[in-house]
Amino acid sequence: MRLNYPTNIKIIRVPCTGKVDIIHILRAFEKGADGVYAVGCMEGECHYNSGNLRARKRIEQAQKILDAIGVGGERVQMRNLSSAEGPRFAQYAVEMDELIRKLGPNPIKVAAKDKAA
Amino acid sequence: MIVADKKPIEEIIEDLKNYSKILILGCNECVTVCEAGGKKEVGILASALRMYFLNKGKEIKIDEITLERQCDHEYLEEIRDSVDKYEAVLSLACGVGVQFVAEKYQSIPVHPGVNTCFLGVTEKRGLWTERCQACGKCMLSKTAGICPVSRCAKRLLNGPCGGSTKGKCEISKELDCAWQLIVDRLKMLGKMDDFENIIPLKDWSTDRAGGPRKVAREDVQL
Repeated sequence: MRLNYPTNIKIIRVPCTGKVDIIHILRAFEKGADGVYAVGCMEGECHYNSGNLRARKRIEQAQKILDAIGVGGERVQMRNLSSAEGPRFAQYAVEMDELIRKLGPNPIKVAAKDKAA
Repeated sequence: MIVADKKPIEEIIEDLKNYSKILILGCNECVTVCEAGGKKEVGILASALRMYFLNKGKEIKIDEITLERQCDHEYLEEIRDSVDKYEAVLSLACGVGVQFVAEKYQSIPVHPGVNTCFLGVTEKRGLWTERCQACGKCMLSKTAGICPVSRCAKRLLNGPCGGSTKGKCEISKELDCAWQLIVDRLKMLGKMDDFENIIPLKDWSTDRAGGPRKVAREDVQL
């Protein structure tokens, strides 16, 4: 298909989105990520039955924590697609890129840079 | 097990905002099972607090330790050498653990990171319900293994009361009437005759009404 998607997106492979924990998401922000999104299988079609539903719950919890500490919960998103949907994968990447550009850089990264300077 | 719930992060921030070296102390027992104060929750809270204070331009050192238990001397001793490095301890154990840390390490302020709720069971993941009020004189043998002290809103020893409707309690349509459960189970066990026996007045001096309690067992004391 030779589809393009923004190059600033780093893919971290996990066996299932059910592996993604809140701490992984928070650490990403601590290390300077501007946004994190988990792309899981379609709901109801998880190989492990409920991995993607667990991921959604954890994303929601991470959103609440990030809202409470002033980073912004919107920076974390959950998306679902089937493994045959390449165009949708690219579309999600573009949407996420646009959303994060609108929100600006991760305030933690900015604060850390200010402190170092 | 002792069931606890997470404190809102805003409340914890308010408690800790004036310190610059904090130890977050988790507990591997009950609070780990009820997903409020185990190693995982310690990590999440530490990460969130580090980011919050960094965002506010404040340099703060936050370390994480999770002990096997916080209600025993031998495990709490593990932090004796390192605890002086911190200005405050945030304990994610139940109220027992928080107090034992305060008792053992007198010079360091201790703050609670969870709200300790009750003695209960895990009905399913994410749902915990009360089963025991530690009244000090167990009467479950008379009530078919269902406790009216903890599960009846009125703590009736001879129930049900007039508020029991279709097996539910009058205080909430979602709450089972403990005495309905007791009667159902007595029927199932073929022990409805026991229901005729009046349970006499309970000695509440072993409950909290008698003040703080202790169990002293000379047979096991060294």
